[in-house]
Amino acid sequence: MNLFASGALETPFGWIVALLVGLAFGFWLERAGFGSSRKLAAVFYLRDFAVVQVMFTALATAALGLVALDVAGLFDASRVYRMETLLAPQILGGLIFGVGFVAGGWCPGTALVGAASGKIDALAFLLATLIGSLVYAAFWPQLSGLQSVGACGVVTLPEIFHLSTGVTAALVVAMALVMFMAIQRFALRR
Amino acid sequence: MNEPLQPTSPRAQRYWNPYVAGFGLGLTLLISFVALGVGLGASGSGARLAASAAHTVAPEAVEANGSIGPWFEGGSPLAYYLVFMSLGTLLGGFVSALFARRVSVAVERGSGVTPHTRLLLALAGGLLVGFASRMAGGCTSGQALTGGALLLGGSWAFLVALFAGGFLVAPLVRKEWIA
Repeated sequence: MNLFASGALETPFGWIVALLVGLAFGFWLERAGFGSSRKLAAVFYLRDFAVVQVMFTALATAALGLVALDVAGLFDASRVYRMETLLAPQILGGLIFGVGFVAGGWCPGTALVGAASGKIDALAFLLATLIGSLVYAAFWPQLSGLQSVGACGVVTLPEIFHLSTGVTAALVVAMALVMFMAIQRFALRR
Repeated sequence: MNEPLQPTSPRAQRYWNPYVAGFGLGLTLLISFVALGVGLGASGSGARLAASAAHTVAPEAVEANGSIGPWFEGGSPLAYYLVFMSLGTLLGGFVSALFARRVSVAVERGSGVTPHTRLLLALAGGLLVGFASRMAGGCTSGQALTGGALLLGGSWAFLVALFAGGFLVAPLVRKEWIA
């Protein structure tokens, strides 16, 4: 059983495993070139597609891997922690996040890697995210109502589209492959 | 015409193929699901660090806050797996950058803005991202990537909204990135 499901995530052992996962996380982000804000922001000018390529390769790999492990009976995927769907805060938050991403040139994970690579703009960005999170907390009395707008509980794409998890994961992989082919064919052509 | 961006320093190694890096990142996320039972995350650690800093100044107000107050019920908000994951992310990024000779102290920017303007925009962007991550309950890692792989409806809504927001505003800050 996984650490979260067995209630052992918040123990020294759980923290060591989280640290090790973080090590690999930071390594792959840096290898991809995500310690560079110019490379990250370039996706919004269709100048470099690594953000899309890396993100959807990772997403599809993990989605497919989870289905495969579950079908093989090696891992109970239903025991993984799932976030609730809160449509209004997730859509509005996503829009604001996207604006901050292109203006700031980073997201929180890549900014950690950027700061570790010596980028001053990543440090400034990280510092400001701390303040931004406190601003949200300060306006919690005004903003908390938004959390219940479009709150649907845990809702998955398979439930929304009335498909099996395996078919949905396969469709996500197919969508990613079509996107990658379009990028290779039209955008990276020289 | 659109060669992927590479490090500007001639000493630095080239970045890895994005599909290779993406596959490695995907396996890391899968291992996180299997071992930890939760996915990746990066914004929670900063929010908790900020909350504990605020707590040293105004403990009563922070503990009474409906958003960050609950983090103090079980002791320190920093005794949390995401804090340790972010420490790992910092270290993993540093080791990778060091071996690829990509560590350099710099303000990265396009040629259309001064370092001063770039830093102001980094601060403004960070402010929005920190705010939005709390509103949405996660960032590119915790919502878009993790929730995306778990095929969660709200995470996919966040993912689409994120790219929409970015593409919508990109023309306004074009000089920051494209010469």
